[in-house]
Amino acid sequence: MSQETSSAAALSSEKAAANRQILIQQIIRTVGMLPILILLGIAFQLMSGRFFSPQNLSIVTQQASINTVLACGMTAVILTGGIDLSVGSILAASAMVAVIGSLIPDMGMIGIPLALFAGLVFGLINGSLVAFIGLPPFISTLGSLTAVRGVARLLGGDTTVFNSHLPFAFIGNGYIFGVPWLVVIAFLSVIITWIILRRTVLGVHIYATGGNESAARLSGIKVWAVFLFVYGFSGLMAGLGGVMSAARLFAANGTQLGQSYELDAIAAVILGGTSFTGGVGSIWGTLIGALIIAVLSNGLVLVGVSDIWQYIIKGLVIIIAVALDRVRSQGGART
Amino acid sequence: MPSAPEQTPILEMRGITKTFPGVKALAGVELTVYPGEVHALMGENGAGKSTLMKILSGAYRADPGGEIRINGEVIHIDGPLSAKTKGIAVIYQELSLSPNLTVAENIYLGRELSVGGQVDRVRMRAECKGVLDRLGASFGPATVVSTLSIAERQMVEIARAIHANARILVMDEPTTALSSRETDKLFDLIRTLRADGLAIIYISHRMAEVYELADRCSVLRDGAYVGTLLRDELKAETLVKMMVGRDLSKFYKKDHDAQGSRGEVILSVRDMSDGHRVRGCSFDLHRGEVLCLAGLVGSGRTELARLIYGADGRKAGTVLLDGKPIDVHRPIQAVDSGIVYLTEDRKGQGLFLDMTVQENINLQVIGRDARRGGVLDLKKARSRALDAIKALSIRVAGPVVEVGSLSGGNQQKVLLSRLLETRPRVLILDEPTRGVDIGAKSEIYRIIDDLVKAGVGVLVISSEMPEVVGIADRVLVMREGYIVGEVGGTTGIAITQENIIALAAGLAHPSAPAA
Repeated sequence: MSQETSSAAALSSEKAAANRQILIQQIIRTVGMLPILILLGIAFQLMSGRFFSPQNLSIVTQQASINTVLACGMTAVILTGGIDLSVGSILAASAMVAVIGSLIPDMGMIGIPLALFAGLVFGLINGSLVAFIGLPPFISTLGSLTAVRGVARLLGGDTTVFNSHLPFAFIGNGYIFGVPWLVVIAFLSVIITWIILRRTVLGVHIYATGGNESAARLSGIKVWAVFLFVYGFSGLMAGLGGVMSAARLFAANGTQLGQSYELDAIAAVILGGTSFTGGVGSIWGTLIGALIIAVLSNGLVLVGVSDIWQYIIKGLVIIIAVALDRVRSQGGART
Repeated sequence: MPSAPEQTPILEMRGITKTFPGVKALAGVELTVYPGEVHALMGENGAGKSTLMKILSGAYRADPGGEIRINGEVIHIDGPLSAKTKGIAVIYQELSLSPNLTVAENIYLGRELSVGGQVDRVRMRAECKGVLDRLGASFGPATVVSTLSIAERQMVEIARAIHANARILVMDEPTTALSSRETDKLFDLIRTLRADGLAIIYISHRMAEVYELADRCSVLRDGAYVGTLLRDELKAETLVKMMVGRDLSKFYKKDHDAQGSRGEVILSVRDMSDGHRVRGCSFDLHRGEVLCLAGLVGSGRTELARLIYGADGRKAGTVLLDGKPIDVHRPIQAVDSGIVYLTEDRKGQGLFLDMTVQENINLQVIGRDARRGGVLDLKKARSRALDAIKALSIRVAGPVVEVGSLSGGNQQKVLLSRLLETRPRVLILDEPTRGVDIGAKSEIYRIIDDLVKAGVGVLVISSEMPEVVGIADRVLVMREGYIVGEVGGTTGIAITQENIIALAAGLAHPSAPAA
């Protein structure tokens, strides 16, 4: 059984095999849910015959874009071990701000910075509650989920505000080099999030705080600043999502807009393999997660599944996908 | 070939092999344990002790080919439950009790007694009482576990195992968190269990414990079985040689000359208090000096270190660096002034186990290295990591391996590298060799020695007496929050275990030899 006299050649080949195994594991971890995304696409193509048409792909990516933007902020928050339940409400309030701002004569573009600012402020309030008062993220953002929804309704006097001459309508409906603006913005958000997470000191501190908060404190990381940043960033992203929604609809409604968007954003992050306890995960996974959700919504409609069954199937796919991921990662047990 | 023909071994493990992706953790390991013996299992971290015990307890499955026999019968362990029903119980380093439940509820966890669907607490308590009395517990079955000390919780775990009719008890470093009095009590308990015919597999890095307890001792090295020694054959040199595979001729490396290398005072602490655990502590640390802080567990050493580092809030006290008072109320201020602290709780408060070796080593200097706008300098981070891996001989496949996958000794070296990268002038090391194997221990002593020669002031907190005596230039002893005495240095009192223990236990004041 024991090979005490294994030759140098056998040893090096064993080592090469081990390295190969590690490499394969790394690839699996990076690729994550990509195979499921591709399989879903192929399945819907086979069933409907038009899933991969250029028009449909453009629709899918546009459907994914707002959720992707929200999920960028959500990824940063969940990486610190937190959660942000308020993004849907912040999106609604920011969209209201964007449309109301756009009605200011001659300077309607100011709706964009105003909406972003509103999102940022709401996010920073969430962050302050977590960082300075020490409230659990679930509680503080559950509170703002409700309170900010109220603010959104208050802003429009509980009505829908319209602007048929929205100066930034191109964001929701225009194209740049043949690509929808919504998609471009979503992709840029992913890139910026990736840079922050993987190429800056702040990003390392985000991972460190989520991985081991007490070690982060002891090593001199300003944990409060990390919390303030991630919730502020998540709010800012929700504000951007608000601009995108408003631009698409030429209107905003405080009651209906963004309802349960936070759940889709959380689902995208979790599908993307980010650990709910923090410290592990990547923005590329989140992008794939957001695409899976959009592909499911779109594909089920194409195939003609009823609205009720869409809910059931979407929920099951999320559970099964994450369960598969768990089983797979247990295969490569830690020594 | 069986070595004790008159008795059937209670446990035989033969040809146990376990392969993980990329690592062969065990290769044809064997272990034979008789009833009524304490069988020490020794080896460096990463030698395979824990893996072997995890196979025994059903947490891992061995590769096909080996066999496990209990009382001569071949058995298959295919999960924790099946190990339990075969009489195998493990007392883990990290205790596995529910702190919010009572002792009785913990002992019966998962097999609660019930009357008509209701939990029968009265009978559970009554039956636990017997076991607890037999173990000499000072607490009753209705006590809530969260109110118990670590030592008492351990006793609850043992009670649980015995109550479940365990015949083989595995104890993995059971004394790490115990005071010496608690350790003595535990040893008495182990002897009682042995007399009752239980087999105890005892894993420890502390040689003294193995001499005191073990009837036989098996040694693993690099996932292979090296051999088994009888009680009479247990000798430090033999054991070390078996574990390391080479002589450690000079284990406590101390090249620097205590008087010669000691420079001017670098760190002064005055009247440090936190109000309850640390009371009015003052001392000086010199450049090029190893100052040890000795004392019993709970005497306030860690608390004092954390106050100096600014990790906890202080009531009173000042810290002076080069004679100038500095403001240290947060760890970042200490680090910026050149004071760093190595925590005793490596996994809980030190390392980021999911992050890579490179990220861990660079964590505290990425801010200094960063380009404008806080953009990481990954090239520099990589070269720092590679240098540190080489300088501290960290055994790792590469800088992008997750720290959580390394052995304890290598993890400790990664944590130490992280601190050293900040170029500290004062290094506070809290139990720097806890849970570290013997080879890495000796390397950590070498690193400390090199730092001292380079003029760094090193404050070491240690509960291991031989370590204190081996590396200290001067020793301060704490008791109940006070610094109660000093040995070595200019006191004229020799640094010996007796002198330190006398101060720590408050027995007497050692006096300087009449000159």
